[in-house]
Amino acid sequence: MDALLIAVPIVGAVLAYLTRANGWRSAMLIAIAAFHSAVVVSLWRRAPTPIDGSWIGLDDLGLIVLSVTSAVFLSVAVYAAAYLRSNVPRGGRVFVSCLLVFLGATSLVALSQHIALLWVGLEGTTLSLAPLIYSRHDRRSLEAVWKYLVLSSVGIALALLAVFLLAAAQASDTGARTLLLTDLTARATRLDAGWLRAAYVFALAGFGTKMGLAPLHTWKPDTYGEAPSLVGGLLAGTLTTCAFLGVARFTQIATAAGLEPFVRPLLIAAGVLSLVIAAAFIIGQSDVKRMLAYSSVEHMGLLVLGLGVGGVGAYGSVLHMINNGLIKGALFLAVGNLVLAAGTAVAADMRGMRMARPASAFLVLAGLFAITGSPPFGLFVSEFSIIDGALQQDHPWIAGITVVMLTLIFVGLARMIIGILYAPTLEPHEEAARGRERPSFVIAPAFLTAIVLMFGLYIPPSLQAALARAAVTLGGHSP
Amino acid sequence: MTHSATQLLLLLVVLTDFAVLGTSRLSACIRWIAFQGALLGVLSLVVGGEISWNAVLLAAGTIVVKAIVLPAFLRWAIREAAIRREVEPLVGYLASVLLGGAALGVAFGVAASMPASVRDALVVPVALVTLMIGMIILMTRLKAITQVIGYLMLENGVYLFGITLARRVPFLIEAGVLLDVFVGVFIMGIVVFHINREFDSISSANLSELRES
Repeated sequence: MDALLIAVPIVGAVLAYLTRANGWRSAMLIAIAAFHSAVVVSLWRRAPTPIDGSWIGLDDLGLIVLSVTSAVFLSVAVYAAAYLRSNVPRGGRVFVSCLLVFLGATSLVALSQHIALLWVGLEGTTLSLAPLIYSRHDRRSLEAVWKYLVLSSVGIALALLAVFLLAAAQASDTGARTLLLTDLTARATRLDAGWLRAAYVFALAGFGTKMGLAPLHTWKPDTYGEAPSLVGGLLAGTLTTCAFLGVARFTQIATAAGLEPFVRPLLIAAGVLSLVIAAAFIIGQSDVKRMLAYSSVEHMGLLVLGLGVGGVGAYGSVLHMINNGLIKGALFLAVGNLVLAAGTAVAADMRGMRMARPASAFLVLAGLFAITGSPPFGLFVSEFSIIDGALQQDHPWIAGITVVMLTLIFVGLARMIIGILYAPTLEPHEEAARGRERPSFVIAPAFLTAIVLMFGLYIPPSLQAALARAAVTLGGHSP
Repeated sequence: MTHSATQLLLLLVVLTDFAVLGTSRLSACIRWIAFQGALLGVLSLVVGGEISWNAVLLAAGTIVVKAIVLPAFLRWAIREAAIRREVEPLVGYLASVLLGGAALGVAFGVAASMPASVRDALVVPVALVTLMIGMIILMTRLKAITQVIGYLMLENGVYLFGITLARRVPFLIEAGVLLDVFVGVFIMGIVVFHINREFDSISSANLSELRES
C-alpha cells in the first residue's frame, strides 16, 4: 500500500508525458492527487508502525509529513488544472509530468526509513521542480532557476556528506544495518559520537539550505519571486517540509544518542538568525511574492527553534510544520490570483484588490492573520507552544527575541497586504473591472485555509496522539 | 600492494583538483574532471576490499557517468555555446592555486582532529580538499559552465567519503545517488545552454537582475 504512493505518481508522470490532449492530462493530475490523498486518509485509521528492516515504512513523523504534502498537492493540482486552461506554459506536458514526479518524490521522502533513501527522494523533489520554476522562459526566471539549482545542489551535496558521515559513525557497531532509521535510533548509544557530531553539522547546513534557513536562504526570495504561484506554493508548502524532515530525522538520531547538549544550541542559533533576517527584509519589502519568501524563512526559523528549545517546543515545532505547510500553500495560491489580476507582484502597483477579486482578497486577508499567528488559526497554537517551550526550558531571552521579531513581521506583512487590498486604485474607472473568479482558483486555497482554521480550534485525537509520539522521538513532550 | 595503489590514486585525485583550479581552457578543465571521475571509479574497486558483482557494476557506472557521459555532455554545451576559456575569474589563477594550497593545509588539519577509525589516513584530507576546491571553483568563477565543473568536483569529494569511509552502503542506494547526480548535472547543463541563448554569453555575472532594491 505504501509503495503505491510512490509508484502511482511516477507511472502517472510517464503517462502524462505521453498524453497529447491537455484535458486528459489535467484530469490525470487531479485523479492521481485525489488517489494519493484518499490513501493517506485511510492510513490514519491505525497507528503507524514501520516494518522492521524495511526501507519503506510509516512512522508518526513520516505520516504527518505525508499528510501535509498530500493536502497541499491536492489543492495545487485542482488549481493547476484551471491554471493550465488559461495560461498554457511552453511544454505543458513537462509541467504536469514534473508535478507528478514531485509528488512521487515527496512520498518517498516521507516514507523513507533509510536515511540515504530519504536523500535520494529529497534530491528528486529538488530537481523535479527546477523545470517548473523556468516555465515562463524569460531572463528573470532563468536567473532564478540557476540560483535555485546551484545553491540547492551545494546544500544537497553537503547533506549527502552528512549521510556518509552517519554511516561512518555506525562503522564500529557491527550488528547494525547500515543507515536504517530503526537501528540508528535503537542502537544510537553505540554510534561514534565524533562522527555523529560531524554528520549533524553537515546535515543542518545541507538540509538547512534546502529549507532556506539564514544565512543560506539567499536563493529563496529570487526563486519564490519568479516561480509561478502554484509552484511557489509547492516550494514553500511541501519542499521545505520535506527538507525539515531531513533535519528532524538527524535530530531524532542525535537525541537518541544523547547529543542534545551539542545539537540544541546549533538549532537555536539557526532559528534566531533566520527570524532576525526575515524581520529585517520583510520591513520595507516591495514585492509581495518575495515577502512571502522571507515569511517562509521566518517559519523555517521557528521550526528549528522549536526543536532547539525542546520540551513543549518540539511538539509545537511538529504542529507548526503542519500549519505552516498548509497556510503557505493557501497564501501562494490566493496571492497568485491577485498577482495574475494585477499583472505584477510589486505591491505599490497592486491596489484595490478588495474590489477587483473579492473572494481571493478575503482569503489573503485570512491568510495574513493565520501566517502571523493570530487566533483562532492553528499557527497561534503552534507558535505559542514554541515560545512556551522556550520559557519552560529557561530561555527567557529567546522567547523575548521571538516575540519581538514576530511582532515586527506582523507589522511588515500587514502594512503591505492591507495596502494591496484596500488602497484606492489610481484611476477610478478601474474599480468597475470586477473580474469573475474561477471556482477552482478560490476553492483550492480556501480548502487549505479551512484546515488551518480547524487546527486552531480542534485537533483530532488521532493527530494529537501522533504529534505527542513524534515529539517524544525529538526529545520533547506534548503540553 | 592495494595500499600503495590507493595512496597513488588519492594523490592523483589531488593533482586533478589543482589542475582544474589552475587551468583557464575549459576543454582542459573538462578533461581533468573526466580523469578524476575515472580515478574515483577505480578507487571504489580498490578500496572496497573483496570484489563483488555489485562493486564492479558500481565502478563501471561511476566511470560511465562521471568520466564519459557527463564530460561529453559538457563538451557539447561549450561547443554549442562556442566558449573556450574562463575569462577573468573573480580570483586570479595564481591566487586560486594558493587558495587551494591553503585548503589543503586546512584539510590535513581538520583530518588530524577527526576520529581515527579510518582505514586509510589519506582519504579524509583528500576528500575534504576536493570538496573545498570544488567550492572555491563554484564561488570564484563567473561562467556558469565552470560552476557546473566546480559542483561536479564538490560532488566527487563527497563521493570519495562515501566509497572509502562509509560502511557498505547498499548497492541500490549508491546507484540512486549516482542517478541523482547525473540528472542534476544534466538539468544544469540545459540551463547553461538557455543562459547562453538568452544572454549571448554564458557568464553568470549577467544574472544579477534579481536582488533586494
